[in-house]
Amino acid sequence: MTTVDPVLEAIDPEQRVSTPDPVPRRRNEVLYFAFRNRKLVIGLSVVGLMLVLAIVGPWLTSAGPFEFGYPTGEPPSRAHWLGTTASGQDVFTQFVHGLRASFLVGALGGCVAALIGMAIGFTAGYRGGAVDELLSMLTNVVLVIPTLAVLIIVAAYLTVRGLVAEALLIGATSWPWAARAIRAQTFSLASRDFVSLARLSGARPTQVVVREIAPNMSSYLFLTFILLFGGAILTAATLDFLGLGPSNAMSLGLMLNTAVVSSALQLGMWWWFIPPGLAITAIVGGLYVTNVGLDEVFNPKLRET
Amino acid sequence: MSLAVDNLRVHYRTLRGDVKALDGVSFTVADGEIMGLAGESGCGKTTLGKSLIRLDGRMRHVEGSVVLDGTELPIADDRAMNRYRFREVSLIPQYAMSALNPTRKIGKLIGELLAARGESYDDRFPELTRRLSLVGLDEDVLERFPIELSGGMKQRVVMVLSTLLDPSLLIADELTSALDVSTQKAVAELLVEFRDREFVRSTIVITHDLAVLYQVADTILVMYAGKLVEKASAEEITTSPVHPYTQLLIASMPEVGTRFADERRTGIPGRPPSLLRPPTGCRFRARCPLAFSKCAEEPPFVEVAPRRYAACWKAAA
Amino acid sequence: MLRLQDVTKVYKAGTFGRTHVPAVTEVSFDIAPGEVVSLIGESGSGKTTVGRMILGLTRPSAGAITCDGVDVASLQGRALRRYYGAVQGVFQDPFSSYNPVFRVDRVFHMVRRPFLPELDDTEWRDRLRRSLEAVGLEPDDVLGKYPHQLSGGQLQRLLIARALMLDLRFLVADEIISMLDASTRIDVLNLLGDLRSRGLGVLFVTHDLALGNYISDRTIILWRGRVVEVGATPKVFGDPRHPYTRMLLSSVPQLSAKWETSTVEPLEAGTELAGPLQPIDDDHAVAAWGSR
Repeated sequence: MTTVDPVLEAIDPEQRVSTPDPVPRRRNEVLYFAFRNRKLVIGLSVVGLMLVLAIVGPWLTSAGPFEFGYPTGEPPSRAHWLGTTASGQDVFTQFVHGLRASFLVGALGGCVAALIGMAIGFTAGYRGGAVDELLSMLTNVVLVIPTLAVLIIVAAYLTVRGLVAEALLIGATSWPWAARAIRAQTFSLASRDFVSLARLSGARPTQVVVREIAPNMSSYLFLTFILLFGGAILTAATLDFLGLGPSNAMSLGLMLNTAVVSSALQLGMWWWFIPPGLAITAIVGGLYVTNVGLDEVFNPKLRET
Repeated sequence: MSLAVDNLRVHYRTLRGDVKALDGVSFTVADGEIMGLAGESGCGKTTLGKSLIRLDGRMRHVEGSVVLDGTELPIADDRAMNRYRFREVSLIPQYAMSALNPTRKIGKLIGELLAARGESYDDRFPELTRRLSLVGLDEDVLERFPIELSGGMKQRVVMVLSTLLDPSLLIADELTSALDVSTQKAVAELLVEFRDREFVRSTIVITHDLAVLYQVADTILVMYAGKLVEKASAEEITTSPVHPYTQLLIASMPEVGTRFADERRTGIPGRPPSLLRPPTGCRFRARCPLAFSKCAEEPPFVEVAPRRYAACWKAAA
Repeated sequence: MLRLQDVTKVYKAGTFGRTHVPAVTEVSFDIAPGEVVSLIGESGSGKTTVGRMILGLTRPSAGAITCDGVDVASLQGRALRRYYGAVQGVFQDPFSSYNPVFRVDRVFHMVRRPFLPELDDTEWRDRLRRSLEAVGLEPDDVLGKYPHQLSGGQLQRLLIARALMLDLRFLVADEIISMLDASTRIDVLNLLGDLRSRGLGVLFVTHDLALGNYISDRTIILWRGRVVEVGATPKVFGDPRHPYTRMLLSSVPQLSAKWETSTVEPLEAGTELAGPLQPIDDDHAVAAWGSR
């Protein structure tokens, strides 16, 4: 006989909720806990605010981010909400365009990494054996490679760098930990009887993974994507800060780069470097906090009842 | 040693209200008695076992008392119970053998447990080795890790460990369920031996397996939906049960030798009631073939014959 | 109908698979159509592995499992699907057999397209209703619910109903009632017995001798991956020859007799327990044993 939790056994079967679910049982239960979870609400609000700014912001500005001609080094005023840079560009315009670029890179890079991670993780976890050994070796190799160094070198060699190229590069190097995590989960799920039952119903391996295993991990996959999204934004900001970002687009890291190069810190031009830095911190931090909150929502055992 | 439980009520707190897992239970265990506590899942037997030694975070002691050797156990007070645990009352929880820390050698594990109780490992060492050899384990088992031992060996280590300080009362929860049939017999017989050698005074054996209880227990107490249903000697319960639930339960168990074609057994239709909002009256009423009008009133757990107790209007009649 | 010949399964463990763990060694037996056979063994006996090999979920390392002469391990694609239309399995943990994300109806839908595409909706519903009736369930009680809303007994019966939707010839029941309460166990077991009268063959894998004896025509006793005794159930249980079988029977706790009253000679250390099978009569064979 299995261990019997007296509480679960005794509760009226209609209302019984099992312990750790990878996926919530009823929509309204998830929403109920979601809205009560402080971390989730705060995290999402912060990220949401930045997202709104990123979408709406560029419409509020008439000029382009690289446009010159404004008074140089001006603090925030009604004409320039976040002031101007040392070379006479509007900081606010740069800021909102940079925000947009960050979100785009994050989403695209995160997606690419998630897809690769899932493909490799599911295959290695489900198939096992030689295939798993091979894929694990590949994962470990890519994991161990100093990503930033590689990205720097690759970026340095590319003469023209676009936003998409940066996102793809980041995606191609940040998938290993996701692949490992997914592989581990797949291993444990693949030994469950409902997978055997699916096989007995004639399902092919891809069908089994997509229809049986992935839905059971959906909350986990979601959380993984959020982390990859945040990580991609951070890596992109780092690259941009080093001057290896897209050569044709404004980004928050590039703003910081230019600010440092122009000695904004020494000159006290706080309006130039604080907004981008704060924005990156807020978005990535907000995403991580959301992640923790979501984890609590999905896993009943972590909830603080 | 003697144990007297009087009207014990223990509820579980949940978001939807109190689950009345143990709802007014009274019984006694005499010195040297091995009492079996039987019932199906959700009947409250594990809750009863746990509440005699430690209420976990969700449990709430609502009413009732537990008196061990004349002193009332402060079961609601976790810290006050510390004095009694392991020395007076000891528990072998369900799946204890899986709960052994895989990174500790057995000897170290025992040492840490003794130190936590203020006992010296070295002082107890000779007795420990003596008991280990009694259960058929070599002294070098102390130098091994749990993963190196088989299920039966681990269960025996746990038994020796739990009884090292000679407790008055030992509570064994599903001791033999996860074991093979051959080891089951050895471990169950050890329970009797421990009592005979006075390592423990009395034992409460909690299990769903009535057949094992028949082999080793002196008396059997049957529970259903948080209430006591019948208590009698092991022989009487199995040969002439009086409560309909016990009768149906025993009738549903095929013996080795019963064949489907010759002698078909039947189960009990329906399911146990929800303990969140338990029904009034006898809790077995909905599934009982003998139910009649008086069953709407809850039958008390009374003595229906010398040292035989049952909670049924038909049995009391 | 089903024949196992010297089936062996060796698992590779350790780095680069250097350690070999034999789970099943040279197991051979036959199952006739419409026969209920219990495969009895303790943990580590390899009984679940045998069940899985018969179901094609694992491949034997050596030996062959044939169904009407066709090697099961060689089946793929459409042929494998056809095999599953005749041979199905039900497993031990009812809650693990259902994908917790979906409703229980899904296990039925999963077999519709691959196996019964020609049925239209009315025929499908009709067949579903009849399967549920055959296992003693009311459609309204169980359809549309999530697994955690039903009891273990209902879930197991649903799985049997699912298997019955197909023109099943053989069912592998792997410890299907060990996780159920005593009062529901017997009902599911009786159900298997009733199905046998419809011509369904069953391999009842279990560690519980009483249940194996209750329901089967023939019994196979496994020990550490080897067959030690096989034959008609009354003969194996009534006249056990092998020391392991006798030890098992004497260790089973019974409600009618105490342990002290049963006698069995203890196994001597160093006894080799499983040599080749030697027939005692036409329906009872025992593995040879003796001191090393």
